[in-house]
This record gives sequence, structure tokens and C-alpha cells, in this order.
Amino acid sequence: MLHATELLGGEAYDRDGHFVGRVNELFIEPADQPNRIARVLLGRGKYLPLVARYDHLAFVAPGVLKLNVQEKELEHYHPNEGWLAMRKDLLDQQIIDTSGRKVVRVNDIGIADQRTNGTVELRVTQVDVGLTGAARRLLQGVVSPGMIRRLEAKLPTRVIPWEFVNLIESDPLRRVKLRITHQKLERMHPADLADIMEDLSPVERQSIISSLDEETAAEALAELDKRLTTQIVETLDPEKAADILEEMDPDQAADVLADLTPQISQDVLREMPGEEAREVRELLKFEANTAGGMMNTDFIFVGETATRAEVIAWIREMDVDLEQLYSIFLINQNSLFSGSVAIGRLLLASPDERMEELKSEPLLSVPPDAQEREVFELFDKYNLHNLSVVDDEGRPIGAIAVDDVVTRLRNR
Amino acid sequence: MPDVEKQEETRPQVESSPRGSPGTLLPAWVEPWRERFAAWGKTTRHWRRRLLLFLAVVGPGVITSNVDNDAGGISVYSQAGAMYGYALLWSLIPMTIALYVTEEMCARMGVVTGKGLSDLIREEFGFRPTFFIIFAGLIVDMGNVAAEFAGVAASMQIFGISKYISVPLAGLAVWILVLRGTYRQVEKIFLAACVLYLSYVASAFLAKPEWLLAAKDTVIPTMHIDGAYLLMLTALVGTTIAPWQFFYLQASFVEKRVAARQYPQARADVMVGSISCMLIVFFIIVCTGATLHTSGHTNITDASEAALALTPLAGKWAASLFAFGLLNASLFAASILPLSTAHVICEGMGFEAGIDHKFKDAPIFYGLYTGMIVVGAIVILIPGAPLQRILILSQVGNGVWLPIVLIFILLLVNRRDLMGDQVNTRTFNGVAWVTTIAMIVLTLVLVYVSIFHSGSVPGLPGS
Repeated sequence: MLHATELLGGEAYDRDGHFVGRVNELFIEPADQPNRIARVLLGRGKYLPLVARYDHLAFVAPGVLKLNVQEKELEHYHPNEGWLAMRKDLLDQQIIDTSGRKVVRVNDIGIADQRTNGTVELRVTQVDVGLTGAARRLLQGVVSPGMIRRLEAKLPTRVIPWEFVNLIESDPLRRVKLRITHQKLERMHPADLADIMEDLSPVERQSIISSLDEETAAEALAELDKRLTTQIVETLDPEKAADILEEMDPDQAADVLADLTPQISQDVLREMPGEEAREVRELLKFEANTAGGMMNTDFIFVGETATRAEVIAWIREMDVDLEQLYSIFLINQNSLFSGSVAIGRLLLASPDERMEELKSEPLLSVPPDAQEREVFELFDKYNLHNLSVVDDEGRPIGAIAVDDVVTRLRNR
Repeated sequence: MPDVEKQEETRPQVESSPRGSPGTLLPAWVEPWRERFAAWGKTTRHWRRRLLLFLAVVGPGVITSNVDNDAGGISVYSQAGAMYGYALLWSLIPMTIALYVTEEMCARMGVVTGKGLSDLIREEFGFRPTFFIIFAGLIVDMGNVAAEFAGVAASMQIFGISKYISVPLAGLAVWILVLRGTYRQVEKIFLAACVLYLSYVASAFLAKPEWLLAAKDTVIPTMHIDGAYLLMLTALVGTTIAPWQFFYLQASFVEKRVAARQYPQARADVMVGSISCMLIVFFIIVCTGATLHTSGHTNITDASEAALALTPLAGKWAASLFAFGLLNASLFAASILPLSTAHVICEGMGFEAGIDHKFKDAPIFYGLYTGMIVVGAIVILIPGAPLQRILILSQVGNGVWLPIVLIFILLLVNRRDLMGDQVNTRTFNGVAWVTTIAMIVLTLVLVYVSIFHSGSVPGLPGS
């Protein structure tokens, strides 16, 4: 195992043993191969720097590099945005460790060398984010390499395999050229993703949000610190912001919009499709700290005379967020709220049992202008997962879920 | 496309809550007054809005500048007043400018890049420079923390409380504060501590100074060409601008997540901080100048001695307020210094940092923080510990460290790839470089004197 800092600054010799220059930079060409060192930049002081290709390397050791070609066969260096520079883009920079789910700083880069008939292939295998890399960086050139090795053996290592490294590049064009995707981030839990984003700078945050798919972006935004959510949505263009907000639950979207300036909030709403925009607008009418401001308009209600089989079939049909389904609400023939059925009861009921027989007692609901404290008290007293919000005439207009209650209680 | 009229009705606005119209029930003459009040309400609303915008950001600048007036600082200011009366007051105006100019650059970097100063140094200058900068910082700050606990001990002794009680208690209080708090709570407590500096305003008034003379000496410089005067001047500058404060300031703006568009408010925060800091210095110098200097107590060694000497001259209240101010300043700095240092080290080395993390998520951060408080407090409790030497060494450390930090700041703030349009303007750069060079020369003089002549010159810690 070699390290990038052992190669950088090393001396390079050509086939005839002539000194060519010092290793200034190592490049990967992600468009070609994701981890192979494809180019080595050789600085020559006041002369133009040269570039050695991966198949020019005959021997590589810490501080020394031998080529299998003559100096005159090497190309001149032309900067290329599509090359990932080890020293400039990676060393000392922050990356996202997708397996450990956090932001870390690169102390060194581990490189494997593989000899194949006459050439040496260098592949980046891991990044070092622990004390070993730090000690090496500090002591290189001060004490002997042997002593550094012995010291390193005593220190705890912290490395991240290259496939779990997610680079942070804030320039979208460069990101495309470097083939940086955020698929690994999209597979993370949104809460972890939100934690990662809180550790980044505003520009980096912005770049990650705008390159995630809308659904993931929406989930991550909903988990983020409120101030940050506002900052991010403000700087997105309204169209993109609308795309992301559409993916949120209407109550979350309304919470985000309520914190924006009226102008931006209007711009975003205008970009949202009619149905979603109407729902969100309805929610925005309510004061934030009332039942109306807490409720979600996506909820399930069925007629009280429906049977379990009918209800199950209906839920299968509908596009329902099953993770958040705690109970279903009932209405009578006048479309007034008449009770709720816990999912657990539904689970064990026989197929032809009617909903009204499964109702939870007592019959609970709140008007939209109920203060949030009242709502908290009801949840606490009756151990609720879900509470229906009804209008003046008793028609259900929304539901408050326990997760919203928890969030609000924590933010108090 | 939804119709526009409906959007107008349902837009989320706060102002439109229906209040009803009282006009119909009131006599006619009320109407013009109502309008006048309404107009007045509108302008005040405008100002209230601006004030609210400012208050959302205020904190980092005010806290950082005020914490500069720590135990060592107050000692030097007291000495300056005792020795020269009002004659050094003129230096406060240029010092305010220097403080503002240097702090503003860090505030700007924090807001624009969203990264801390040691983060930026690491990313742009590599591992080794970062390592040396931050570990020099650790050693220097360690000395400073000990000096703050010495301040706690001295001020509590005036109230008759032994240092073996006061220092452990202070250490514990400071430690719990940060360990249990979130950034917002801790910031509020720190802001409250800033308000307590007003005790120096009160003790200055109790000292019954000649305000007119003080005002005149503030505006019109009086230069004495003698060594001791120049050294006192140098010490004033050296204690006011400390290197760690730049790291702390920038990190707090980052941790507070001040957005780029809030930058004008951030700048106002820094300006309010610099000015309020210097006002407190003004009142301390005026207080000791009006009493100790006029009565001939020109040679005092530290702030607690100044407080004791105040009793017969300005009354028990003035002395108590003075000592209380010292206690507040020491406690305040004793909690911020370890915090800032732990921050700087963890940022630069890539460990988790920040008081919004839990202990187990950021063990090195909290470990450093705890370690510095424990060591700083214990050093003070060792009987016969060389306190004066510690003070001098921390002063020297600050002086060596400051030029390096200032130069890194100037290099970074002029990088267009980091700062975009927010790089220094040419004029600002001029002012900043002049300030930096002046600071460097002054602190180098201070270092030289602290090392080689510390015993011979009154007005320096260690004399």
C-alpha cells in the first residue's frame, strides 16, 4: 500500500535514468476508470510541466517514480476539468463517508500498486481520515520513513474504502465531468442525509440538494433544521423548489412556505400544480400553532358501514404512505366525522366486520383553531397516534399525526 | 393555471388579521390623529423590522469583541489609567478601527464561505501549516485560560472568598454551561455577560471624573516620547486584539448559520461589538484615571489591586462594581477561550466539533474543552504557582501567534475563488495591511519587552 503524500513530491526518472521532474499531482479520469491513477503531473521548475500516462509507469515507490519511456515522448500538461486531482480536489478536503454517514476530512489517500508485465498500475483504494494519515503528514521528511511506519502501526487507523467516498463538488458542470453522482446519498435515510448537510457549507448544501432526485431532496429538507430549509429553498429557483415541495406532505410544504418571504412563497406556489397548490394554500390559512397549522390533508376516510374487506381493497388501490398510516377515519352518511379505527384492530378483524364495530372510544376530534397545547394534551391523555381535525359542521378536513406532535414538542 | 385573484386572497400574510374598525364609534377629531399614529406606526414598523433583522444575527461580533476585555486586558487598562490618567484615551479610536477592520474580514469569510478559519487554512494551505497554527494556539490559549482563572481568584478574594473555593466552582460552572447548552442558549448567556460589563460604566460614574477633559483627551492625541509610555500603548493594543478571537468569531458566524444575504447585519454586529468593547475600555481608564492617577496611586500591578485601591477614593460601591466586572470578564473569557480552542483544533484536524453535537459524537472536542478548563484551574490552585510568569508567557504567545494568523486571514480574504465579489476592495486592503503591519510591529515590541525587560517596566504584567 502506497500513499498519495509519499508519491507527491517524489522524483521521476525516464527510461534512460535521466531526471525528468517532481511529481506534482496525480489525476484520476473518472470518465474512463473510477479509481485508476490515469495521469501523473511532473513539475520541472521553470520549464513547462509534463504528463506521464498510466502505461508509462515502470516502477513506483515512496519518493521515486521510474518511467518506461523517454522524456521527449511525454506530453505537455493541459489542465482538464474532467480529471480528479488528488492533491487539489481530495487531500485536506471534506468528503462524505456514505457508509459511516458523516462528513470527514481527508488526511491521506491509499493507493494500491499492481505490477503487470513491465508497467505498474496505481489504483486508489481508500482515503485515510484518521490519526495515521495525520502523523504521516506531520512527520514526513522530519524523521525516517521507518520510524513513521513504526509509529503508524501503534495508532488507530480510520480509513474509508474508495467506493464509499462521495466527493463534494459545488460546481454542477464540473460535477458532471467528474461523473459524481449522489446515488449513494439517495439510498441513505433522509435523517442521516440531513445531518450530513448540516455539516457542510451553504454552497455545498445547495449543490447536493439540487442534484438529488426530488423525492429524496424533499425528505431530507423535511428533516433539516428549519433555518437551513428556509435558506436552501430561498436560493433554489422557484421551479425546482416547487418540484421538491410537491414531493412533501402538504403540511410540511406549508410549513416551509410559511417561513419564506411572501414574494418567494408566491413564486413557488405558482410553479406547483393546481391540486397540490390548492391544498397547501388551504393549510397556509391556518395559524402555525393551531391544529389547522399542524394537520395534514392527506388522510384516509371511509364510510362507517364499509366492511374490512372493502376497506383493505380500497387501501390497496390508493397510493397511501403506509409508513405513516396509523388509523383510518370514518364518516357517516351525512359525510360527518363519526370515529376512527386503529390499524391494529383492522388487522385482526374478520373480512365482513363493519368499520363502526371497530371504532375506538371515545370519539375524539379538534376544530382547526384549537391551540397546539390542547392537541398535545389530547395526544398525551389518550395515547393517540392520529387525531382528526373537523370543520364547524363536523366534516373531517385533516389529520394530525404523532410525528408532527413530537417534532413540535422538541422545537418548543 | 390557477386564477390570480384567488392567490391574492390566500397568500400567507401576517398583517391581514381582521381587527375591526373603531372609527365609527369615535368622535370626528380622532380621525386625523389616528392617521398620524398610523403613519408613525408604519415608520416605526420599518425600523422595528430592521432591528429584528439585526437581532436575528447579533451575537458573534458583540461577544467576541467584549470577551477581549478579559482579566489580562482589564489589568492593563487599569494600569494605563493609573499611570497616565486620560493621556492614553486617544489610542482607543484607532484601536476601534483596527479591531473592526480585522474582525470584519473574518465575519465576511464566515458568512460567504460557510467555513471556519482553520477549515479554510487547512483546505488552502495544507496539513502542516494548519497543524502548527492550531497547536501554537492550543499552548497560547492554555496560558490565557490559566490567566482567566487567576482573574476569577483575584476578584473573588476581594469579596473574601478563597481561591480554593472560587476557582473549582467557576471551572465547574463554565464546563456545565457549554456541555449542557445548545448554541442559542449559550449565546444568550454570553450576551447577558456582555451587558454586565456595564458595571464599569457605573464605577466610572461613581469615580466622578472630569468628563470634559476625558472627552478632549479621547479626540486629541497627546504623545509622550518616553519608553514607558510607548510600552503601555503597545500593551493596550496587544491585549485588545488577540489571535484566537478571529477563529472564534468566524466559527460562531458559521455555527449560527448566518446566510450571505444577512451579511449587512453581521457587519453591523461586528461594528457594534468593536465600539462597545472600546467604550468599556474607555470607562475603565476613566475610572482609574480619575481616582488612582489623581491621588498618586500610579503604580499598580493588576486589576484586583486597582479595585482595592478604589475603596478609599471612590467608595465601597465603585470598588465592588470594579471587582464584579473583573469576575464577569474572567468567567466569560474562561468559558469562551477553551470553547474556541477546541473548535479550532477539531475543525482543522477534521474531528467533529461544535456544542450542538452530543458528547459521544464529538469526544475529542469535548475532551479538549474539558482538559483546558481542568488544567487552567489546577495551575492556579497549585500553591506558589508562577502566575506572573504564566501571564507573561501567554502574552508573548499571543504576540508571536498574531502576525501569522493575520497574514493568513489577509491571504484568504483576497482569494476570489473563495470569496467571489466579496474580496477586499483596494482601499480596505490598504487599511487592513497597514493595521496588520502596525499590529505586528507593536506586538513584536511587546514580546521583546515581556521577555527581556519584564521586571523593569511598570505597566506590564509581571512588573
